[in-house]
Amino acid sequence: MHTLEGRRKALAIAVLLGPSLVGMSVFYIFPVISSLAFSFTKWDLLSPIRWVGIANYVNAVSDPAVQQALRNTVLFILGYLPSVVVLGLGLALLLNRVRKGRAFFRAVYFVPVVTSWVAVSLIWKWLLNPQYGLINYGLSLLGIAGPGWLFDPNWAMPGVILTTVWKDIGFVAVIYLAGLQDIPENIREAAALDGAGPWQVFRFVTVPLLAPTTFFVTTISLISSFQVFDQVFVMTGGGPVGATTTMVQLIYKNAFSYSAMGYASAISWILFALIFSVTVIQNLIQKRWTRYDA
Amino acid sequence: MRKPLRPADVLTYLLLAAGAVVMLLPFAWMISTSLKSGEAIFVAPPQLIPARPTFDNYSRIFDGIPMGTFLVNSVLVSVISTTLMVLNCAMAGYAFARIAFPGRQVIFYAYLATLMIPQQVTLVPLFALMTWLGWGNTYQALILPASFGAFGTFLLRQFFMNLPREVEEAAFIDGAGHVRIFFSIGLQLARPALATLAVFAFMASWNSFLWPLIITSSQSMMTLPVGLSFLNGRYATDWNVLMAGAVIGTLPILAVYVFAQRFIIQGLATTGLK
Repeated sequence: MHTLEGRRKALAIAVLLGPSLVGMSVFYIFPVISSLAFSFTKWDLLSPIRWVGIANYVNAVSDPAVQQALRNTVLFILGYLPSVVVLGLGLALLLNRVRKGRAFFRAVYFVPVVTSWVAVSLIWKWLLNPQYGLINYGLSLLGIAGPGWLFDPNWAMPGVILTTVWKDIGFVAVIYLAGLQDIPENIREAAALDGAGPWQVFRFVTVPLLAPTTFFVTTISLISSFQVFDQVFVMTGGGPVGATTTMVQLIYKNAFSYSAMGYASAISWILFALIFSVTVIQNLIQKRWTRYDA
Repeated sequence: MRKPLRPADVLTYLLLAAGAVVMLLPFAWMISTSLKSGEAIFVAPPQLIPARPTFDNYSRIFDGIPMGTFLVNSVLVSVISTTLMVLNCAMAGYAFARIAFPGRQVIFYAYLATLMIPQQVTLVPLFALMTWLGWGNTYQALILPASFGAFGTFLLRQFFMNLPREVEEAAFIDGAGHVRIFFSIGLQLARPALATLAVFAFMASWNSFLWPLIITSSQSMMTLPVGLSFLNGRYATDWNVLMAGAVIGTLPILAVYVFAQRFIIQGLATTGLK
């Protein structure tokens, strides 16, 4: 349309959408597409790019480092996810019980959430120090000889998990608290009138009604579990002997220590595939389990 | 009449208070350690209140490491990228919500698709692009990738779609165009949504680590998280110095948090993203 009206509209689109369109294309859409292309090449940023087909993916699947990172991620999820969900829900239930001081406690539990991961990692690296750390001192008061934590291949991952649960619990609790406040009080009261004890109300009323919140929390926690980097980079550097190496660390190391840009890109797409499949499976389960008709 | 406290309530408060100690003790320990001399940190049993507090660790950091520069860089990068992010997302969100044009759906879906891709996927091409542009170790490389986002665009688009059109209709009839209506009316009405996005974008930018770690190569460009990580490599076992660094790294955001905590918690909880 070459009317004046049409020209004004085109101008408005250019002004309002233009900057965003350029930025999104240059910094998101174009890099995503080139990353996929890079993943089929061998490139060190300096010498010419060489097309290698699916070689990077084939190598990645049999790479012991990738397998170890995947094992570590599974371990991390097994330790982190149930703890953060159960403790976060417990905390939300406690917060939901009190009127006076709720805002204060909520604010306190949220402090680690707003603190940067690097600062939190430094603090916990010191707390978990085997000889002089506060954690092992506390354990010694209970008569327990604390482990070597980040220096011990068996205890490094539990140390990282403990730190991550501590940092994220306030976030999970705030999400659950919002979910709890959406449950009408009279539903629980009705169940109590029908003779349900507090545990039964919790088990058969609160938990099912919180299912959408639980799925939301587990989904974003799962996604972030696959992307763990900051805390491991600062606390252990992936050690000892690779016990805490994660997928993102492999991407970082291959790209920026070994200049294996193609291989690093391939690993990043494997990471995407993992996150994508887990999210899809999560959604399928959610459709089956959450029923709003009753 | 005040209701007497039931035993269950007392237990609730006790548990909450115990948990609060678990949340705050690590920070207290950080401050305490930062005020101790080299020998005092290894004293058993550990002292929460240092017997002879000292500020030596802080002066060691400021003498040896440009902590002030890190702080200025972090403020500069976070404030500029947050402002640009909010403005870009609001303009684009308004365009997607209010102006019909061919290809609108396709472009919007392309935006949404980027939400599913983890940030790590774009690291290599983004680094290659910045190197090619000669932007390695520059402010624009730190700021620009954090100035655009599908999530914020989506948030603002939803906001404008739920907004009744009447106010704008009147301006339309008066002959104002989309651009003028957006800046004079849309931006004003969207203030709550803009604030939510600003909180989210600022926290993400302030705490961002991986990208600044990759793209900065000199101390003069490092942001606080990268600077702290650098400190970690340099003073590996000088826990008092490291904790002084952690204090400097946490204080600014904690100060902001104390004043705006209700707002920040709501912002992060409603956006539902970390």
